[in-house]
Parts: sequence; C-alpha cells; structure tokens
Amino acid sequence: MSIKRQGYIVGAYEHPTRKAPDRSVAQLHAEAAAGALADAGLSKDDVDGYFCAGDAPGLGPIAMADYMNLRLRHLDSTDLGGCSYIAHVAHAAEAIAAGRCEVALITLAGRPRSEGQSGTRARAAAGDAPNLPWEAAFRPVTTNMYAMCAARHMYQYGTTAEQLAWIKVAASHHAQHNPHAMLRDVVTVEQVLASPIIADPLHRMDCCVVTDGGGALVVTSASVARGLQRPLVRLLGAAETVQGQNGGVLNLTCSGAIRTGPEAFTMAGVRPADIQYASVYDSFTITVLIQLEDLGFCAKGEGGRFVADGNLISGVGKLPWNTDGGGLCNNHPANRGGITKVIEAVRQLRGEAHPAVQVPNCGLALAHGTGGLLGSRHGSASLILERV
Amino acid sequence: MGESVLPSPEASPESEVFVAAAREGRFLIRRCTACGKPHWYPRALCPFCFGSTVWEQASGRGTIYSLSTMRRVDPPYTIAYVALEEGPIMMTNLVDGDALAIGAPVTLVWVAAADGTPVPCFRQP
Repeated sequence: MSIKRQGYIVGAYEHPTRKAPDRSVAQLHAEAAAGALADAGLSKDDVDGYFCAGDAPGLGPIAMADYMNLRLRHLDSTDLGGCSYIAHVAHAAEAIAAGRCEVALITLAGRPRSEGQSGTRARAAAGDAPNLPWEAAFRPVTTNMYAMCAARHMYQYGTTAEQLAWIKVAASHHAQHNPHAMLRDVVTVEQVLASPIIADPLHRMDCCVVTDGGGALVVTSASVARGLQRPLVRLLGAAETVQGQNGGVLNLTCSGAIRTGPEAFTMAGVRPADIQYASVYDSFTITVLIQLEDLGFCAKGEGGRFVADGNLISGVGKLPWNTDGGGLCNNHPANRGGITKVIEAVRQLRGEAHPAVQVPNCGLALAHGTGGLLGSRHGSASLILERV
Repeated sequence: MGESVLPSPEASPESEVFVAAAREGRFLIRRCTACGKPHWYPRALCPFCFGSTVWEQASGRGTIYSLSTMRRVDPPYTIAYVALEEGPIMMTNLVDGDALAIGAPVTLVWVAAADGTPVPCFRQP
C-alpha cells in the first residue's frame, strides 16, 4: 500500500505567540488545534485520529485527547524529536489509506522560553538512556553537538563561517516580512560573524531562537478534502529514519536525510531540481547545510558554495527556503521546528505565503527535518507535497 | 574563572566492569567474539552483528575526529570525538582543548567526576 497521493493537508496553523508565560502547554496545543481546524473548515468533532510527540504534557495522547475531549479511533505518539510532526503527516496518510481514520489532527506546543531553557545547558533526558553512562560526564548540550558537525564539515570540505552565515542572512531576509517573527531585523554576513561564539565554530547568530508557541495540522482523506473550501495540498512522497553513532563508526558530516531524501523523492517520482520551495530544519545554520547536501540539492561538500550569495533567498536565489524566517529568526516552539516547516510549505503551495516571499505558482514543495541531536543520534523525516 | 567539574556518570550494569578497571587506571573497550569488531559505547550485544562481546584493554591513544569549545559557561570546556587507535570514535572531553585541532594525536587521561568516578578524557601526548 503506497501512501502517495493519499493524505491531504487541509488545515495548517501556527500559533502567533512567541512568549506565553500565562498559558499552559495543554492550552497552547488546544489553541493550535482549534486554529488548524478553523483553517480547514472542520470542527473538533470531525477529528477521529490524533498525533502528538514528546512535547505533549502528561501521557501525551491520553492527556491531550482528554483535555480536548476528542473521540478517537486512531492514535500515534511517535517521537522523533523536532521532526516528529513531519513524520506524523506520513503516518496520518498511512492511517487514512488503511481506513483507520479520516480526519487526523497533529499538534505541537511548548514554553521553553518562559521556562528559561537554553541550548548551552543540558536538557532533562530520560534517566535510563543507554548512552548516559558513557556521555553525560562530557556535557553534551544542544549547541556543541551541532558545533562538532560544523567543525568536521569545515575540516573535511573547507566550508567557511561566512558560508554558514549566509543561511542566517537568508532567514532574516524572509523574517522581515513576518509580523510574528521573533527576530525581524535583516542581518549581514558581517553581523553574523561579529556575534559572539557560543560553541566553536558556531556564533550566536548561527543558532535558532528559543520560543514559546505551537502549531497544528489537519490531514484528511481525498473525499473529506474535496468537500472543503481550501486549496488542495497532498502528500506525494515521504520517508523517515534514525541515525546514530553506528557503534563508533560515525560520520558527523552526513544526516539521516541521506536516506530519507532519496526514498521520498523516489516515491514522489520527482527530483530535487523540481522542488520550487523547500522548508529545511534550521536549528543551526550547519543543520541546513548538511541536510541540503544529503537531500540532493547539491553534492556532498558543496553545501557552502550552494547556500552562499543569497541562493536561499526567495526571489533572489535558486532555492527559496524557510520563507517564514525559519527557526533561525521566526519560531522554534517547544525547541521542535518540524511542524512550522510543514506549515510554511502548505502556505507556499496554497499561495498564502507573504507576497514578498511567495514563490509564483508554487506546485511542488519539500519539508524536511532533524530531531534530537545531529552530532550524536537523531531522527530524520522528509515530506514532498504537491498542489493539486 | 570557575572550577570545571564533570557531572558524575550514571551507573549501569553495563558499565560496572569499565568503572572498576578505570579505578585501577585501565581503559577498556568492548569487542565482538563473533565478528571481531570493536565498538563504542560499550554494549553487551555487538551493534554490528548482535554477537556477544568481551572487554579488552585499549591503548588510550587516538586522534581528534571533531571538537568544540563551549564558550558560554565558566570555565569553558571542550567536548570532542576521538578516534581510538583500535578504531571506534568516542565522545570525550579534552583537558587542553584550546591548544588542539582536528587530526591531532591525543592520549588518555583519567579525570575524576564530581563523585570521584574516573572518566576517560584526552590531552596532548
């Protein structure tokens, strides 16, 4: 059973807040859900499938289904970190194709900004994670586990800090048009390089924002989608995987996208050169560069040259990317950027992105993400979407 | 400048022998009895073939595969991946990270964590 052309994204909503000390996490999930259902023209009672991941409070789907008082016949709480929600779209299509549900709701929300979380400190990990006895003493945190990938990529391929900075510059060019973006100032390569080093070789401006907020998606069958008043956006290809240290034979210059990219493109029957818009997870600038190579937008080691000189800026370069401002400038709710990647791809395919960044006649888009830590073990999920 | 103290490693049935050897200054890695490959981090089942594995003493010599110095804490510290002479690449800390670069040879040095457990760090030979 192929899920190609099986799931339609009919609702997409990004919570406008970036700081929510007065809201609970469950409330943010529910507000995002309400927004996505309203966008679709559906109601809460239409939902029969629910998808969430590790950011959901309590026992995840049980707690949130009870809070929202949903009546469900299909649940999925696969946790691939920040890219979970990209995988959830494919899982929803699978469930719909199998007749397990017809209206699937996916939610994400969190308040890391209000709770004072930082990528320079260790986050609470499951106490029985098998790597902890061998790693926790060495203080791996979010920033240095991506910084080591950048250091190795620079060593192996000659990638420069200036090339990485271009990724932030592109995000900032897009974020200036997004009234909800946390950082709206356009920045230059020089400004990125002048920002303080957090973990060598990554500067502060190589790092994404920490925001409160959330987002939600509604995925339905073709028959439900065709009865609604929204432009039709459907799944064309999808893939997911996990990449770890491979027993000590690790490669910090490649991500799981090296497997999910080709698999998703094969399912979709299209090539990277056909993609008109790409949402690619930008927890850090290096995350984008490595994933773009792995997805096949350029050869391995060529990412630095590919992203330089504004090539990711909509209307300027060859690959319009993260036109909402991405995680680097706009939003990274719950420290998980996967759902906002899908949301902006849907906006582009509907023609509802900001006019200054809208890709003309956008008919084919990619959303890809990484979850967990690129430098130790991470999930990867790719999604190729088309406008019908 | 603050004092750098490594967090104590979690205890695990799979690390007891390693920690006991470390207290005697011996650095152990684990090798598969079926496929013959060494791996890191140590596991009871070989991550390449699911064969059973045994401890062996490693040289403590390696080269830096990658590294990053965290500048936003006091004092800064350098995390690294070191490629051991025996093959596997392991996460570690470099005690003199500012003087080192990718490709540089390093040698093992035991550093006591907060609870006194020796953990395997590396430095210039």
